[in-house]
Amino acid sequence: MIAFETIEAPACPLGLENVDTDQLIPARFMQTPRAQGYGGFLLHDLRRDEGGAMRGDLAVNDARYGAAQIMIARANFGCGSSREAAVYVLADAGYRCVLAPSFGDIFASNAVKNGVLPARVSASGIETLLGDPGVLAGAPIRVDLAAQTVSVGNKSIAFEVRPDWKKQLLNGWDDVDLTRSYAQEIAQFVERDTAQRPWAVPR
Amino acid sequence: MPPRTIIDKIWDAHTIAVREDGDCLLWVDRHLVHEGSHHGFAQMKQRGATAARPDLTFGTADHYVPTRPTAPVDPDAARMIRQLTENCALNGVACFGHGDSRQGIAHVVAPELGLTLPGLLVVCGDSHTSTHGALGAYAFGVGASEVAHVLMTQTIWQSRPKRIRISIEGQLGPGLSAKDMALAIIARLGAGYAAGCAIEYAGEAVRALSIEGRLTLCNLSIESGSRLGLVAPDETTFAYVRGRPYAPQGDDFERAVADWRGLASDPGAVFDREVVLDAREIAPTVTWGVSPEQAAPIGGRVPDPASLSDPTKADAWRDALAYMGLTAGMRIDDIRVDRVFIGSCTNSRIEDLRAAAAVLAGRTARVPGLVSPGSASVKRQAEQEGLDAIFLAAGLEWGGPGCSMCVGMNGDLVGPGERCASTTNRNFKGRQGKGARTHLMSPAMAAAAAVAGRLCDVRDLMAGRLA
Ligand code: SF4
Repeated sequence: MIAFETIEAPACPLGLENVDTDQLIPARFMQTPRAQGYGGFLLHDLRRDEGGAMRGDLAVNDARYGAAQIMIARANFGCGSSREAAVYVLADAGYRCVLAPSFGDIFASNAVKNGVLPARVSASGIETLLGDPGVLAGAPIRVDLAAQTVSVGNKSIAFEVRPDWKKQLLNGWDDVDLTRSYAQEIAQFVERDTAQRPWAVPR
Repeated sequence: MPPRTIIDKIWDAHTIAVREDGDCLLWVDRHLVHEGSHHGFAQMKQRGATAARPDLTFGTADHYVPTRPTAPVDPDAARMIRQLTENCALNGVACFGHGDSRQGIAHVVAPELGLTLPGLLVVCGDSHTSTHGALGAYAFGVGASEVAHVLMTQTIWQSRPKRIRISIEGQLGPGLSAKDMALAIIARLGAGYAAGCAIEYAGEAVRALSIEGRLTLCNLSIESGSRLGLVAPDETTFAYVRGRPYAPQGDDFERAVADWRGLASDPGAVFDREVVLDAREIAPTVTWGVSPEQAAPIGGRVPDPASLSDPTKADAWRDALAYMGLTAGMRIDDIRVDRVFIGSCTNSRIEDLRAAAAVLAGRTARVPGLVSPGSASVKRQAEQEGLDAIFLAAGLEWGGPGCSMCVGMNGDLVGPGERCASTTNRNFKGRQGKGARTHLMSPAMAAAAAVAGRLCDVRDLMAGRLA
């Protein structure tokens, strides 16, 4: 995994609440191999009207935010299923960070594993960002993970992130490498556990 | 040692190492994989690795399996199923593929085969893995990167969850089931109530549930935001597990039961939150909106957003009513349905099918419907008991085992604008198909809706039929 550095890029002021993972990527696209890229599935059904035409009233469809790497949303972003594809659609569409007051539990953990920062900004901070003329014009904003701040023009807004996730993102650590450094502890556990819970293996 | 909850006891027994920030490396006893696990297998392959403990990993085809005899074979779905079989074979993992006598929905198959046991830590790349908590297992859903991690290391990093105990005291009334209990809990507490927490279900009404009922209850834990829900194992649990194909036998089984008895929360164990509900206040419950918390008793009315003081919530209700095509204040039992679906990891076990058949016997459904048993084994048993004949005589389709119309990945979809009385667990927009309108309810209530062509109180149809 590549280390998360400071991002300076336009942000997409999506502004929706309770964006569940079924909305982030409808189930029917999930059979696609990752190598083909998931970016085109991002919010697929939400972006289109009943006739299949792109809706004009949604920030993800707005050319001003075509180069966005940061998503700004309201509460409970990524609730619902465990599908990691809900992060792939964001990552493959170029997003490295989502700013929201709260996140679905499994979604946030999946995001970190894909180098996408789930940054918790207060509800009032989100409102400030969503109303900022610079953001709305598609001007770059700056997300500094080490300092835990989002800067727009001369405004600076703090965000929260779990300390372990911050460390992992900053270092570009990979869980598997980390776990392999515990090989000895795992071997000792298995030896102890086999004696203590002989019934735990399938017959 | 201070008194501990069942959640802490299982956690402690699986802790391999504790990181500086408090996260723990936990041992995984069972890892279930399905077609959707292909991303995890691909990530592992990219590293040139294979499964560390294939003997603890089990595959079953569920999400993409065709469940209607007449459905055309979709080449993409067929490829997904084949890919699972190949990935399992490549890694030496046992796989219950399409056509296997043990195939079915992962959360139905693992308990019935004795793969899920009390005190085990179970993971699967699926959020409804919480189901397995019914047997007293610590079971939760994971993402694809975690699937890859578990495949490669048989371990997982977790932060300790907050613990909630939900006790349901008193007895459920006749015609009610674990599904009504679960929907009533979520309606009462909210879809975000238990975000990131672990729930222990306790109390007289929970202890009175069969394992099938407990599986339904724990299945819906995730819909209150919880990572997992479990029930302490008891005599009901031991009797269910005894003799199942992969369960311990003979002396091993007795030894296991002795250990399992020690799992119950100690008297005086402290939970972060405690909730006590009264089973006698629970009525047959159905959802009217697009979140499982938007549920009401069948005798009630569609609520009015104008009655809310919170503007965000009022907007959410308005939006839900618009999507569902309902008017505030209308009677819930005036809602007409276009079809019914009885199935999914929530309600496709033998007891669920018996409950639906008890309502449908000798009656005709006014609307089309599909009944999909949760596993090949449930299907065989239902056919031995003649339940299939009851469904067919009523005019419903009798399908094969799989996820089917719960998520429609196999092509079994509810049409745009169509209204479905469904025994599944998610009524999100578009869940059963683009524009589909889902009402969640118990199998008996779905059967009643089929007979009436509208949502209706199953108790009215059961005069003289209730046990
Ligand atoms: S039946 Fe539905 S909820 Fe259960 S595993 Fe399948 S798709 Fe998921």
